[in-house]
Amino acid sequence: MAQRAWAIAALFSASFLWAGGVWAQTGMESIVPQLSGTTADHSKFEVLRKPFASGPEVTQACLSCHTEASDQVMHTVHWQWEYTQPETGQILGKSNVINSFCGNVAGNEARCTSCHAGYGWTDVRQPAPDDPTQVDCLACHDTSGQYAKQDNQAGNPPLDPVTPGAKTITGALAWPVNLSEAAQSVGMPTNENCGNCHFYGGGGDNVKHGDLSSVLFDPPLAVDVHMSSDGANMTCVDCHVTEDHVINGSRYDTNVSDPHADTRAPGAASDVAACDSCHTATPHGNSVVGLKLNDHTDRVACESCHIPAFARGGVATKTLWDWSTAGRLTAEGKPITENGYTQGNGVERGLYLSTKGDFAWGENVVPYYAWFDGNVSYSQPDEAINPSARVEINSLHGDAGDAASRIFPFKRMEGRQAYDTISNRLAFNLVYGPKSDTAFWTNFDWAKSLQAGADYVGDDYSGSYGFIDTYMYWPITHMVAPARDALDCVECHKSDGRMAMIAGVYVPAGGMGLGGKLGILIFVLGALGVVGHAALRMVGVARRKNKGAKHG
Amino acid sequence: MAERLVKVYSRFNRIWHWLQVVLILMLFFTGTRIMGLHTLIPFEGAVTLHTLSALVLLVLWAFATFWLFTTENWKQFIPRYKGLPQVIRFYAWGVFRGEEHPYQKAYHRRHNPLQALTYLALKIVLFPAIWMSGLAYLLYTFWSPLDDQSFWLMVVANIHILAAFSVATFVLLHVYLLTIGGFRVHVRPMISGFEEVEVSAEAEAYFAAEKPERLKAEG
Repeated sequence: MAQRAWAIAALFSASFLWAGGVWAQTGMESIVPQLSGTTADHSKFEVLRKPFASGPEVTQACLSCHTEASDQVMHTVHWQWEYTQPETGQILGKSNVINSFCGNVAGNEARCTSCHAGYGWTDVRQPAPDDPTQVDCLACHDTSGQYAKQDNQAGNPPLDPVTPGAKTITGALAWPVNLSEAAQSVGMPTNENCGNCHFYGGGGDNVKHGDLSSVLFDPPLAVDVHMSSDGANMTCVDCHVTEDHVINGSRYDTNVSDPHADTRAPGAASDVAACDSCHTATPHGNSVVGLKLNDHTDRVACESCHIPAFARGGVATKTLWDWSTAGRLTAEGKPITENGYTQGNGVERGLYLSTKGDFAWGENVVPYYAWFDGNVSYSQPDEAINPSARVEINSLHGDAGDAASRIFPFKRMEGRQAYDTISNRLAFNLVYGPKSDTAFWTNFDWAKSLQAGADYVGDDYSGSYGFIDTYMYWPITHMVAPARDALDCVECHKSDGRMAMIAGVYVPAGGMGLGGKLGILIFVLGALGVVGHAALRMVGVARRKNKGAKHG
Repeated sequence: MAERLVKVYSRFNRIWHWLQVVLILMLFFTGTRIMGLHTLIPFEGAVTLHTLSALVLLVLWAFATFWLFTTENWKQFIPRYKGLPQVIRFYAWGVFRGEEHPYQKAYHRRHNPLQALTYLALKIVLFPAIWMSGLAYLLYTFWSPLDDQSFWLMVVANIHILAAFSVATFVLLHVYLLTIGGFRVHVRPMISGFEEVEVSAEAEAYFAAEKPERLKAEG
């Protein structure tokens, strides 16, 4: 209580300070504007003003000044693709988990590690290459806009001569990258640097996350109030702050709130990428409704109201992926591609591919809501699943009784994917391999693909497989709408509202509690009593009238 | 003893009553909206109106409580057994047979024993239940750091709703009982302030001499 009182007092004083700051800034404007935001113009460095024959050559040049940069990067998940979840102890990360999209990285490296923050990781059974020059500085720091990673070269860029038909990781036709130009352009990561990988996860634009699509390269205000140039014009790393190349923000260990935001000294460093890190837990103003909205923040994540739907702005997200139907071919034995979903921006998305099976797509998707404390447990490849129920690839921790939990929005991905029907474990696949005779995308043979996938990782596979329905949860944290587009109260405060599945918290209008039932019963009994009493009175009046008439 | 039209409901008393009527109806209308029984107005507007009406009612109650204790009026609500069985018997039996109401209103005792008992219960049980639970709900922010706050919010909300329907049931019965003996006859005093009550000769003389405005001329 005292804390809150202090927070209110601090807010008042902060508003005065802020007013003073605006005045001071206005005074600054008359001074000659700064020409460059940096003290080092990399285009003037001799070591960069030369042609480079490969990515690692550029990195070597970078390391000649930034001597510890590769070491820092090599200690991050961007490099290791491995993460030990602190609560469960599970060893997660791209190199270990099986997801409900492409499944597993192992065996499919050249394609999957095309998004690795390095070069040449061709075998994820081993840690990423130990050579500091294998770190890809340009993926994150190029600002020339013409650096790209080819989609099947284990992270290497397309260089002259580019193989005809080759594609970059965003699916664009590949062009020969000018490494020298890229090296001289380096700067802080832009949305393009992050987006080129993260907007295309799962093999295409917005396939995986739902709230991370190419729309965010230049989003309208209505799609993302932070990233839009009509809004705050922020970059990814404004929130995902970085220390020693460790970038904050994780869906394995999510900050569902930043509990110390309102006690942190103004300007103090914070490495938590939660809404309240900047906005505090009491951002709604002091109107009756504002104060009541503030009462929500200890239970409802900001994202739940302020991201009314995901996959907004014209790019759909994949909502269902059914691998079990993959492999159907034409009479001539050719693979099939069936489009049929036209997304908001006019682009066709596939509904069936022989390589991947059936898909469903969604735009402006209403999230799935669940209690969430930020921790997840994965159905790991070495753990048995229960094939009689839908399997949760990642199950969410948290409940109403836990003060650290919030009601959080998710994309709930529906999958149907291969598992070993004898050991009841999720199966590794081998899908990518243009020249192999076992890869599914080349041979369309599940038996071979799953056997090869198991063999590659040394998994004990029975040879008997089936397909299991799965859910996978993706926290929805991006595409924050302008305040005016936040959810109306009634979206949750009605009987079949968005909180219908949420237990353990009182949601007015969300359903009748014991008090309401009992209260209405009392009222109805009272009303019946009134009706009965009135009826008896009328009978009495009639009877007396009758009597009077007889006597009269 | 004579029946005289005496001003039994002072101006404040009447304002209190009618403002309370308006506010309670408003609270019931907006409250049932908030709990989802109707959707005649937007949820957000209902929350605002409900909160503001409740705050006004609380201020009114503070004034009324002060008024009750600084005037003699609190004594009107002291429960008395005398006459209670007769009044109960009247409502349960006599009223159907066309009997007269057994209670004769007096200036210092304008409520019949059952009425006084009911109003007292309203004042010390139902109203506190509703405003305490309502305030607890409104001031959630101050106790939300407690463990199991969501559970306790559910308890608070259910108590509030149960108390609200109990008040609504009181209102229903209250209005219905006005029809016994004539609705208008019963409502008029709460508008004009004057009601026909039994006044002793001494009291009549006192009013005539000291408070002539409280006594309406006969005829």
